[in-house]
Amino acid sequence: MTSGTAHTSVGAEPPDSPLELTVNGRPRRALVRSHHTLLEVLRTDLGLTGTKECCLVGECGACTVILDGRSVDACLVLALEAAGSDVVTIEGLAAADGLDALQQAFLDHGAAQCGFCIPGQLVAARALLQAIPEPSRAEVEDGLAGNLCRCAGYEQIIEAVLDAAERQARPAAVHAPERASAPKGPPAGPDPASVPDARVAPQ
Amino acid sequence: MRGFAFEQPGSLAEALAILRAEPDARILAGGTDLIIGLRDGSILSPTVIDLKRVRELDASIVETVGGLAIGALTAMTEIAADPRIRARYTALAEGAAVVGSVQIRNRATLAGNICNASPAADTTPALLAFGAVLTVHGPDGSRQVALDDAFVSSGVTTLGHDEIVVRIDLPAIPGRVGSTHVRRTRRRGHDLASVTIACAVLESGETRVAFGSVGPRPLLRVDTTGILADPSATDAARLEILDDVFAAAAPSAGSMRASPEYRLAMLRVLGLRAVETARARRDGAAA
Repeated sequence: MTSGTAHTSVGAEPPDSPLELTVNGRPRRALVRSHHTLLEVLRTDLGLTGTKECCLVGECGACTVILDGRSVDACLVLALEAAGSDVVTIEGLAAADGLDALQQAFLDHGAAQCGFCIPGQLVAARALLQAIPEPSRAEVEDGLAGNLCRCAGYEQIIEAVLDAAERQARPAAVHAPERASAPKGPPAGPDPASVPDARVAPQ
Repeated sequence: MRGFAFEQPGSLAEALAILRAEPDARILAGGTDLIIGLRDGSILSPTVIDLKRVRELDASIVETVGGLAIGALTAMTEIAADPRIRARYTALAEGAAVVGSVQIRNRATLAGNICNASPAADTTPALLAFGAVLTVHGPDGSRQVALDDAFVSSGVTTLGHDEIVVRIDLPAIPGRVGSTHVRRTRRRGHDLASVTIACAVLESGETRVAFGSVGPRPLLRVDTTGILADPSATDAARLEILDDVFAAAAPSAGSMRASPEYRLAMLRVLGLRAVETARARRDGAAA
């Protein structure tokens, strides 16, 4: 598909439409084409490139974001459908003072190999833990069935999600990361939706 | 994706007016099929009508006289989680629970699954088994369509271009009932099915079997002999009935998911399993 720039349609172009929505707690606006997806607008117009473009048919989950509290494939949502909505992307997962429990658990378990699917995995896992705070292994497998990992690092991903759930459920329990790969991992960060996306990666 | 006009009508009347004025306009509810088609060019439409702001439409599941009415914007996630559907219309909850992935189920609507009329749709066999009825609004007002009268072939229904499904009714089921949805996929997780069966066993001894993915549209057959619902019936006796039930199955040879021979063989295997699971559930046994 034509991403963000020129495209192939002939004849009169519908005019750009104003879009207002909340992304990672921040009100955002953009002028968007009616046929552009939420994925394109997040990446191209808002510069939030942590959400990955991959299969574009809703099979791989690399573009997973949380839309009004539910995980969706951003490639299958038109940007204008999301008008007025609350969106959480991977950039909104971490708290201001450290990583989200899931991010820390992914690091501790070596869950990221090539890393391309990981933003989608993390966002899907965040939505899963919001819906089911203490999922069974089967619930994790089902909850992440829409997120493919071409490195096939599924075991580590599932273990990381189960571990993060455990850390969140029992924040008092000592779960010192074996490898200090990041500043201390807070057991349960604030609601991701309220976190400003201060670390928006520049394009 | 090619450009299109994007409309978000606030009422059914407005939505119907746009549909009348633009014969190639397409309706958007969850978008999990439509946006893929618009992107790959298999669907070309100058106008996309998003129904999510239509005030007469909602995502509710409400109780009717003994049954349930499901709003046109209800997503698979709600269907799969609803305790009333899980208890009384179990096969529908099970079918909705295996559509796509969590991300897809959070968007995809039951009404969209019906209107797209895929032979492999996971919810339509259960809806057929439960005798679902669509309420449809069009230029001449409202009409009701039994779901069995709606399907024609892959992607084709008897609903008009200028009609919009507003509600899906699940009628009351008298007495005890047990039901299940079973399917065959190539792998666990996110996959389209090569055989889909929904079976409902009623207290009266009537057994309804609906099956998809083995022909141009899902089919419903009703066994009134009582043999399928009889706990003491042998597999051989049940298979004799099931071979009649599945006689109209006509899987296409062109599918890459499974050969016709495999689908027909699996239909019998899964059919037996579905009947026994539904029967056991009706009779209160753990299935």
